[in-house]
Amino acid sequence: MPSGLNIFLGWTAGTAGWLAVLSGASLAALAAVPPVLDSPPVPAEVAVTAPAPVSRERALALRHFLTQDCGSCHGLTLGGGLGPPLQREQVANKPVPYLAYTILNGRPGTAMPPWSRFLTEAEGEWLARELRGENP
Amino acid sequence: MNPTRHLILALLLIGPPALAAATSDTAKPLAAPPNPAALAPHAAPTEVTAAAPCPQPRGTGDLGIIVERGSGSLLLIETSGNTALGRIEGLGDLSHASAVFSRDGRYAFIFGRDGGLSKVDLLAGQVVRRVMQAGNSIGGAISQNGKLVAVANYEPGGVRVFDAETLEQVADIPALYEEGKPASKVVGLVDAPGNRFVFSLWDGGEIWVADLTDPAKPGVTRHRNIGRQPYDDLITPDGRYYLAGLFGEDGLALLDLWHPEQGVRRVLPGYGRGEEPLPVFKMPHLEGWAVAGRRVFVPAIGRHEVLVIDMDTWTEVGRIPVAGQPVFVMARPDGRQIWVNFALPDNDRVQVIDAESLAVIHELQPGKAVLHLEFEPRGEEIWVSVRDEDRVDVYDTQTFARLASIPANKPSGIFLTDRAFRIGL
Repeated sequence: MPSGLNIFLGWTAGTAGWLAVLSGASLAALAAVPPVLDSPPVPAEVAVTAPAPVSRERALALRHFLTQDCGSCHGLTLGGGLGPPLQREQVANKPVPYLAYTILNGRPGTAMPPWSRFLTEAEGEWLARELRGENP
Repeated sequence: MNPTRHLILALLLIGPPALAAATSDTAKPLAAPPNPAALAPHAAPTEVTAAAPCPQPRGTGDLGIIVERGSGSLLLIETSGNTALGRIEGLGDLSHASAVFSRDGRYAFIFGRDGGLSKVDLLAGQVVRRVMQAGNSIGGAISQNGKLVAVANYEPGGVRVFDAETLEQVADIPALYEEGKPASKVVGLVDAPGNRFVFSLWDGGEIWVADLTDPAKPGVTRHRNIGRQPYDDLITPDGRYYLAGLFGEDGLALLDLWHPEQGVRRVLPGYGRGEEPLPVFKMPHLEGWAVAGRRVFVPAIGRHEVLVIDMDTWTEVGRIPVAGQPVFVMARPDGRQIWVNFALPDNDRVQVIDAESLAVIHELQPGKAVLHLEFEPRGEEIWVSVRDEDRVDVYDTQTFARLASIPANKPSGIFLTDRAFRIGL
């Protein structure tokens, strides 16, 4: 029985044997999409105070939010969609305050809405650092 | 027939042959032809072998798939007993994945976010072909004659067309709309009568009609300046009207495919009445299921309303206040009810509108992050995916009672095989 075989709904291992589990692991990744983020100036009134710490529980919720809700437009792997790709290499040159500002305030004229209704400033910055791989 | 008997039937049909496939080297590219031993006896003669004919053929009319975006897998379901039959894995990034079906209702073509195009054999429960056809994709369509599958791509922007049998590329239509600009992201790709595909350019603000009668020479007709940022589109179930929703301005763009020479015209211009739109936390969707009788029900952008459009005059005949930003607005197949789900923060509920009185007559609260709804072909039941509860529920559309609940890994899109026989789905 292949290790990845999924059995559910109380099926026994024997009867579920027809379930073909296919990994497709060797499929070649296509050439990386170049980042196309244009860079409006970072607003002057970016918060400079140290952000309040984000609890461990909240961090889990934020990771879920990033994957699933941000992922709806930016891709579950953040490889891009209607929104631009946000993987490490694409955000490496985007400072945390710029990313946090964009997350919280959106980008007028695009499909990126302001998320400040759901996130505190500290959480916006936590997400920005998460994108850059800077969270512990 | 009870569900248990169904399962046994399915097992008898599919049987052990697929086990061999499951134990084979799964790291190989998924280009192998279907296991002939798993085919039904009525399949084309070239595909049948004398060995192990299926003792119990099974129809596919009550089958469907659910996209599990958490694990890049599909749940194979059946709607007679409302059960899951199995899981098919290895489909890549399935955020915003969608599916169309072959004309025999046996194969599903899955369009993944990562550009993967997979052909899934519902009877064998396995992927039989898979190609990475682009870097980033948003959906697709199957041609009227069932021979071509088209994919709408964001990267590179455009439409690519594939042989439905082999998944070999037969045409490439880059969405180059202006000299010096990158190709536009493409949205709202649908099939239309005459083996045409119709789609919109998000960046370019255009509607293109591609005639694939001769796949080697696609004939493309461009309609320019149709409005800012078309986000999704529908074709009416009769295949005549193509309607593009606009994100960048209040209104929709309409193309009469019987009279393309008349060009694209604006429908419901300025429906926002100059008011500041509310933020849109999830992009709404349009498909042919928005049509009920002679009316089209569509989400308003940036407003907590469903807009009602008369299909004879293409004017607004009503707007229905709802709980939030509508995402899917879907008519029950008999046209009597309209079911609506919502973007954050109202994505834990579903509202039901009576198509005659235009009143909200019921509200369900299935749980956190209701992503998609799919009516069974005759509308007596509806499937609802509840992403953050890792569950798909089935409701009776008359009593609103929950009839079944099936575990699924971050479920999103639900696609039943009756789409195979409907224009634009």
